[in-house]
Amino acid sequence: MDNRVDQITDKHECQCGHSDNIEGLSDRVDQIIDKHNCEASSLIQVLLEIQSENHWLPKEALDQVAERLQVPLTRIQQIATFYKAFSLVPKGRHGIHVCMGTACHVRGAQRVLDTVENLTKIKPGETDLDLKFSLETVNCLGCCALGPVVEIDGKTHGKMAPAEMADVLKNYE
Amino acid sequence: MERINSANELEALRKSILSSRDTNKPCITICSGSACHASGSKEVASRIEEEIANQGLSGTVDVRKTGCHGFCEKGPIIVIHPEKICYFQIKPEDVSEIVTETIIGKKIIERLLYTDPATNEKIVYESEIPFYKNQERLVFGSNGSIDPKNLDDYLAIGGYSALAKALFQMTPGQVVEEVKKSNLRGRGGGGFPAGSKWEGSRNAPGDIKYVIVNADEGDPGAYMDRSLLEGNPHSVLEGLTIGAYAVGSHEGYIYVRQEYPLAVENVTTAIKQAQEYGLLGKNILGSGFDFTVKVHMGAGAFVCGESTALMTALEGRAGEPRPKYIRSNVKGLWNRPSVLNNVETWSNVPLIINNGADWFTKLGTESSKGTKIFSVVGKINNTGLVEVPMGMTLRDIIYKIGGGIPGGKKFKAVQTGGPSGGCLPEELLDLQVGFDELTKAGSMMGSGGMIVLDEDTCMVDVARYFLEFLTDESCGKCVPCREGIRQMLQTLTKITQGKGKEGDIELLEELAETAREAALCALGKSAPNPFLSTLKYFRNEYEAHIKEKRCPALSCKELIAFYIDPKKCQACTTCARKCPSNAIIGGKNLIHMVDQEKCTKCGTCFEVCPPRFSAVKKISGEPVPDPIPEEARIIVRGGKKNE
Ligand SMILES: Cc1cc2nc3c(=O)[nH]c(=O)nc-3n(C[C@H](O)[C@H](O)[C@H](O)COP(=O)(O)O)c2cc1C
Ligand code: SF4
Ligand code: SF4
Ligand code: FES
Ligand code: FES
Repeated sequence: MDNRVDQITDKHECQCGHSDNIEGLSDRVDQIIDKHNCEASSLIQVLLEIQSENHWLPKEALDQVAERLQVPLTRIQQIATFYKAFSLVPKGRHGIHVCMGTACHVRGAQRVLDTVENLTKIKPGETDLDLKFSLETVNCLGCCALGPVVEIDGKTHGKMAPAEMADVLKNYE
Repeated sequence: MERINSANELEALRKSILSSRDTNKPCITICSGSACHASGSKEVASRIEEEIANQGLSGTVDVRKTGCHGFCEKGPIIVIHPEKICYFQIKPEDVSEIVTETIIGKKIIERLLYTDPATNEKIVYESEIPFYKNQERLVFGSNGSIDPKNLDDYLAIGGYSALAKALFQMTPGQVVEEVKKSNLRGRGGGGFPAGSKWEGSRNAPGDIKYVIVNADEGDPGAYMDRSLLEGNPHSVLEGLTIGAYAVGSHEGYIYVRQEYPLAVENVTTAIKQAQEYGLLGKNILGSGFDFTVKVHMGAGAFVCGESTALMTALEGRAGEPRPKYIRSNVKGLWNRPSVLNNVETWSNVPLIINNGADWFTKLGTESSKGTKIFSVVGKINNTGLVEVPMGMTLRDIIYKIGGGIPGGKKFKAVQTGGPSGGCLPEELLDLQVGFDELTKAGSMMGSGGMIVLDEDTCMVDVARYFLEFLTDESCGKCVPCREGIRQMLQTLTKITQGKGKEGDIELLEELAETAREAALCALGKSAPNPFLSTLKYFRNEYEAHIKEKRCPALSCKELIAFYIDPKKCQACTTCARKCPSNAIIGGKNLIHMVDQEKCTKCGTCFEVCPPRFSAVKKISGEPVPDPIPEEARIIVRGGKKNE
């Protein structure tokens, strides 16, 4: 019934192939850390790069960062949960970002978000079980003139109306 | 590129760039800012390049991709130089005609021009369009003419001459004095005098000092910092380097949120180029002054824009504010003297050094000097970024530049200052914008968000919206903010749901006062402002929600219903086809009805019902009329309805 992933998994064992990539990820994590000269003060930058490449932060990657930067794992977890940019669960193939900034809000962003929730059956911060969509709200995409704005996989859709949302989402497999 | 080793070499390079450029050569500038990008400027730009090659014009026409021009509503925008012909909302299909007609044939294409809605007149030149004409674009104006990825473009308009002047003709103390004399106040929210902040750092003990650019821009609905950093990164770097020289710093940081990838990219490129030219790094311009800059990406948390939290985040920790017993300019990043200023504040510095404090103070009000960039958005015709002299009235900004409210609706309020600010009603439209003027009226300058609200906006909901935002963004470190703001949000939410009760307003006032007094940082202290200002000017709306369970703006979902007037419905089926919830019971020649159980109140039916029928009604505070009997729903065409 509850069509979503919302638990922080210690060891992720889904069918999507994410876990298979962890081997390769480990090398990339090393490269990213090297790029930042192994400095503990670059922790957030390192996590951001891993997140941006892998779309989420698996436990194995966090352990590796903790070990190499010599930062306690608890502090890394604190940071990974404090900032919205990070995800500790796998993300869907398509990221939907609905702007809830003031400019979009007064032009009806809530109605657009309601429609997206209805269509995808997930709430902000969630990913559906098929790992098709992850839904997030953001506070401003800097395209306020086009509000309400929805960004899907980095493509901006401006002046969105609830009625058009279904047509847009249909294009994503 | 060879390093530039002196002020003379810089001037020589500038001359050679200028002389290699033919001012009569046609140049098409195309806005590649984020909004225009989203409306397709990339495709337009590549079509222009293709077309120029295809028509054999390579080398005779320049194409320049610039940052945001400001009038984002009308993107993608192109301006054709030297005449400065302005075309709006360009599609890739328009490009070949533009090249053939305007570039080669020197003819204007009427259809692509701006039409003044007041006079219906077509306007050809940028400088004559009311949106631009009434502005004073000192900081933002160059955005439209330079390619942010090309340092030569910035040098061509006099870039880095202020840095050379500061390094070779002024002592650090004189630079601080000039900035103090200009009374430049921080553009990031607090309005603190930049010169005094710099002086504090300059006089603070210690050899290692930092200068930092606050490009976090957490304010939802404001995007000028982003656009400046994207469109004119060297102006920010130049200001920062002058600041570093003035306070004796050799290391700078740009804290920019990762949601702004283009800003990160452009400023990173700019730093690289400036280093190659010897405008950053060791022995800048041969002056003996060393200064390096690093970009640090923020991971998106509003509170990280707060000065102490930002510095904590820069140190690689979770960005939580700390009490300010000691100012950051004395003990900031890694406990060293640190000057933090906003993007726009830094961009003002080269102008002040080049033109002098006296020039700067000629513009503005008694206590707010210079110009301010506002992000004029929401329910307004000309949405975009607007730079005006301080002291311009809200009315002039909203009507002369912003072109007023769309769809013949009534102006209700303007929200300034973001989540720390407030809403100002129609009676205050003649207020002059300035730091103290806005604070006196119960709002704030903030970073320059100006969100225009029309009659359809519920003011209780606006207050609720900001408190929801702040509850989400509070770092949770102190109780008055973590718990107090949450309580305020819960009460406001209940009111908007029609569950408000007598005494709620007083409770909210009490909570507001406590948060103001007791919260640790300005996020919590200013969080009650949106509530207090809406209560001050729109108390009647609060009372209607509580006492009559009615939303006067017909906006709060729980208090409204959509209803189809059987006398007006013509069974055109538009609403039923568009309703995303299949909540409309209709059919050909059948008067439509809304199934109230299924309706999610998305408002689509209300918007799509053709104006000549206007059959869908929004109601609040009254019961939905009973459905009409089945047999009365059949419409017999030819003017008569079955009774
Ligand atoms: C919660 C909170 C968020 C803030 N966010 C920003 C921001 O995004 N950008 C900014 O320049 N200033 C922001 N400020 C203001 C900064 O704390 C600081 O006053 C400012 O960056 C100093 O630069 P200025 O004097 O040039 O304005 C914020 C303040 C608070 C309390
Ligand atoms: S006022 Fe809010 S954001 Fe500021 S320190 Fe307290 S809890 Fe954190
Ligand atoms: S408000 Fe939306 S859900 Fe309700 S009937 Fe109209 S279109 Fe359908
Ligand atoms: S508020 Fe939505 S893009 Fe700015
Ligand atoms: S992004 Fe093009 S005008 Fe603002």
